Amino acid sequence: MAKIASSKIQSLPQAVSELVHDGDVVALEGFTHLIPFAAGHEIIRQGRRDLTLVRMTPDLVYDQMIGAGCASKLVFSWGGNPGVGSLHRMRDALGAGWPVPLQIEEHSHAGMANRYVAGASGLPFAVLRGYAGTELPEHTDTISTVTCPFTGEELAAVKALNPDVSIVHAQRADRAGNVQFWGILGVQKEAVLAAERAIVTVEEIVDELTPVPGAVVLPHWVLDAVAVAPGGAAPSYAHGYYDRDNAAYRAWDKVSRDREAFSVWLKDLKEKSS
Amino acid sequence: MMSVAASRALRDGQACFVGIGLPSTAANLARRLHAPDLVLIYESGTIGTEPDELPLSIGDGILAESALSVVSVPEIFNYWLQPGRIDVGFLSGAQIDRFGNINTTVIGEYAEPSVRLPGSGGAPEIAASCREVIVVMRQRLRAFVSQVDFVTSVGHGSGPGDRARLGLRGAGPVRVITDLGVLEPDPESAELVLSALHTGITIEQVHAETGWELEVSPDLKITAPPTERELTTLRGLRTVGS
Repeated sequence: MAKIASSKIQSLPQAVSELVHDGDVVALEGFTHLIPFAAGHEIIRQGRRDLTLVRMTPDLVYDQMIGAGCASKLVFSWGGNPGVGSLHRMRDALGAGWPVPLQIEEHSHAGMANRYVAGASGLPFAVLRGYAGTELPEHTDTISTVTCPFTGEELAAVKALNPDVSIVHAQRADRAGNVQFWGILGVQKEAVLAAERAIVTVEEIVDELTPVPGAVVLPHWVLDAVAVAPGGAAPSYAHGYYDRDNAAYRAWDKVSRDREAFSVWLKDLKEKSS
Repeated sequence: MMSVAASRALRDGQACFVGIGLPSTAANLARRLHAPDLVLIYESGTIGTEPDELPLSIGDGILAESALSVVSVPEIFNYWLQPGRIDVGFLSGAQIDRFGNINTTVIGEYAEPSVRLPGSGGAPEIAASCREVIVVMRQRLRAFVSQVDFVTSVGHGSGPGDRARLGLRGAGPVRVITDLGVLEPDPESAELVLSALHTGITIEQVHAETGWELEVSPDLKITAPPTERELTTLRGLRTVGS
């Protein structure tokens, strides 16, 4: 008999309410694929403030959260609407402080990925060949250098990233809350394992996790909450469930360019329950 | 012309780190024309992908579906890019300078920029670690500047020997392909010089769109116009969801 008491399965509103607090460092990861849009929208609905949002590729969901005033800081490596253009809500917050001012901490993809790896590995920093000759280290105090104790070579060092909460979306979980995901895996596993607390939204709950080649299984005991959110990655995609809605990415450009159009979008979102 | 010229720069069998947009178009065009065994690698972790259509984003499902392998983002950077396993990296940017340094971060001062750009993404390490880099950019006066406002990705630094001093292992930009012609670094000075003009373009046009006194190679070439087959194939490339 399944031990219901130990199950991590909760509703998304409950998981966000219990595990995401004002002022937290929060990572919603997903590299184009499996982006946890539903969770981001729930954070907007619950009105979280002063978050430090962490993400390699802040795209639409972060543009929306920044526009809604949830964030006071963004830690990232590439901020844009992939294949479409700029993130206008992010630009507005950076340039004009609307609706609240936004600080940034900027890395390269390799730097961010390695920061998560260090965090997931329980190490204080990671080493990589990176940043040499670029101007990024002058503006980012989580980038430094370290001398190799064996060769004397100078290498880049990046500070471990340990979010208070990491949130990812996955294809499915079993009733105990073990989670399985596959396809483009990004840094989702590293983000979950680096975090103090972790929430995973899933397309569906199944009785048994059928093995899938190349899939990752995150055991329930490294997670704090698993919430069912069918379509929870849309307009990004969930491999094997639904495709990326490229038209929605293009359409966002128009909404996000204009504060008024965005405010209408935001009001609509808040009126819909998750 | 730019996509066609960029596709011609790729050789069959090379492993190529592809960014979205023009580089992706050029690489997919090359694979359909003269380089069927070109290995396409996208930073989302897809290795050896053979998409039927062009992806809108580097992580589109079509890239994973048709890939030889899909790996995590830490793995693509640490195991595949960093040790120098990738032959060619394709880059673009908002600004490029006379030494091929690229800016994708800000126009103006970092703290108070006049334009905030997307940032670095994978570019700094692509520029550092691919065996060679090909830059594809439209040649405009505001983009081809004497010195970039922000060095996001290092080309040839501030001159000869700079890359070696910084410990960068790849050769850096070997070619900058624009809509007007091709620029290549001078072996002595490491400064970009005009090495080819596309058909119908004049040196004056190139000079007018370059923010430094661009030198012209003594054996300046003329790029052959696109063939019928190149144009037909290019026009046949459809972007996912369009």
